[in-house]
Amino acid sequence: MAFFTDPEITVMTKLLEIVYISIGLICIYTAFKNLNDKQNPSPIGTAVFWGSIGVVIAFGRWIPDMINGLLVMAMSAMAIFRLVKGGSDNSPSAEETHANFEKTGLKIFIPALSIGVFSLIFALIGWNALVGTGFGVIVAIVIMFLFSRKNTPKVFLDDAARFLSIVGPTSMLPLLLAVLGSIFTLAGVGDIIADIAGRFIPQGNVNIGIIVYALGMVLFTMIMGNAYAAITVMTVGIGAPFALNYGADPVLTVMVALTCGYCGTLLTPMAANFNIVPVAILDMKDKMGVIKNQVLPAIFMIVFQIMYMIILNKAV
Amino acid sequence: MEYLKLLGIVIVVAGFALKLDSILIIILAAVTTAAVGGIDAIGFLEAFGKGFVANRNITIFILVMLVTGTMERNGLREASSALIGKVKGATAGIVIAVYGIIRGIFGAFNVGFGGVAGFIRPVLIPMAIGTVEKNGTEINEKHLEDIKGMSAGMENIAWFFCQVLFVGGSGALLVQSTLATLGYDAPLIRLAAVEIPVALAGVGFGIVYYIIKERRLRQKYYNKEN
Repeated sequence: MAFFTDPEITVMTKLLEIVYISIGLICIYTAFKNLNDKQNPSPIGTAVFWGSIGVVIAFGRWIPDMINGLLVMAMSAMAIFRLVKGGSDNSPSAEETHANFEKTGLKIFIPALSIGVFSLIFALIGWNALVGTGFGVIVAIVIMFLFSRKNTPKVFLDDAARFLSIVGPTSMLPLLLAVLGSIFTLAGVGDIIADIAGRFIPQGNVNIGIIVYALGMVLFTMIMGNAYAAITVMTVGIGAPFALNYGADPVLTVMVALTCGYCGTLLTPMAANFNIVPVAILDMKDKMGVIKNQVLPAIFMIVFQIMYMIILNKAV
Repeated sequence: MEYLKLLGIVIVVAGFALKLDSILIIILAAVTTAAVGGIDAIGFLEAFGKGFVANRNITIFILVMLVTGTMERNGLREASSALIGKVKGATAGIVIAVYGIIRGIFGAFNVGFGGVAGFIRPVLIPMAIGTVEKNGTEINEKHLEDIKGMSAGMENIAWFFCQVLFVGGSGALLVQSTLATLGYDAPLIRLAAVEIPVALAGVGFGIVYYIIKERRLRQKYYNKEN
């Protein structure tokens, strides 16, 4: 409690911590819901998974690093041994959503847009954007409650738990990859890649650095099927030493490199969720039918983004 | 011996390429890198726990889920299909393009309509077929195959290049933390702003390409009726 009464800590930092506590509590709610769910084939594993994530997110600031590390390992073990499952399905029926649409109509777009609007407003006036996201969520909840008194807090919590169960352990990938990236940096992996790559990439030319970084993102994403995994490795090894060190703007270059990686996602069967699963869902005959329709847009976007980075870096 | 430190990267690349469990790959790569780098078990747990807490901001999507499911319950999917249906006299290509624009705009606000399983199959494909069959022509099978491919393509293109416009999206938060470990400060608002031209180019190219392609397919399969 000393944290929240400490006048030295800014209001935004305190509010952000409340956002984290709320996120953690949603995970802990999901844990208890699954623990008591008789239809869940793995109630304990699922509860340990969401429960340990919830505790680290909500209270990690006050827990010793090593305990946090142990909790994250417990969470990972549940995922690796496939002990995280979905429980009973509480998704709405088509009749229910149709009836609600008849009642609310296009007004449902107002709460849908409020989250992004408040994130943007908070960021523009220099407050914390994620606190804005949290504020937008509260506004959306209030608006939806005004639309229909059936939208009680329990409905929101149960629907959140349902969506968390749908995305499952995969949703923790970006966070775990970020941690892996920091461990790579800690161990000095970037320096070694830079050392090797330095033998092939001419030094001191920022444009060549940008081109190699962007194409590397496309290629690595195609091999791994995941741009998030590629960006941590490529930025530490190629982006930082061969583009950023020669004056390329970090925000522009690394962010657009990520969307260059997305072009790789458009081109690879490794990204099965986006390119192969839809073939099955849509009953298509050609397994590569989705990718074939994405080749031209992906190539156009690779060229466009490389030119955009080079031109804008010159201008800055 | 320095090169042993690259083992972690080899594990990541090979592991994802071999489709091993993603979380297993990450933990293995982290443990290996720490071991080769001379970090002991306690030090590893501390580094991992600290890194997880430092990057908690990436879990903001969980807070957004508090409303995602209930918006679906309240008819968001029906509302977006009503919005696309407002375009009169549309061809299949235009239906796909309008979906791309709406998907892109709402993607920038971190709102989805259910993706391929939740929206494209049950709502968009029947609408596209309807544009062909309303004149009594039965839809050509190859034409339908490409309509499906283009719809899934539009979904991916609009979502990939527009989700980065959301201030506080996962991609930007990952870039922010990657840059932070390298010692660079990256405000979320700038990370979103630099992607505006990319999003416009991506969705713009996608809709023009699919409209032209679909028109050519129609001329090919139905004797240039249109």
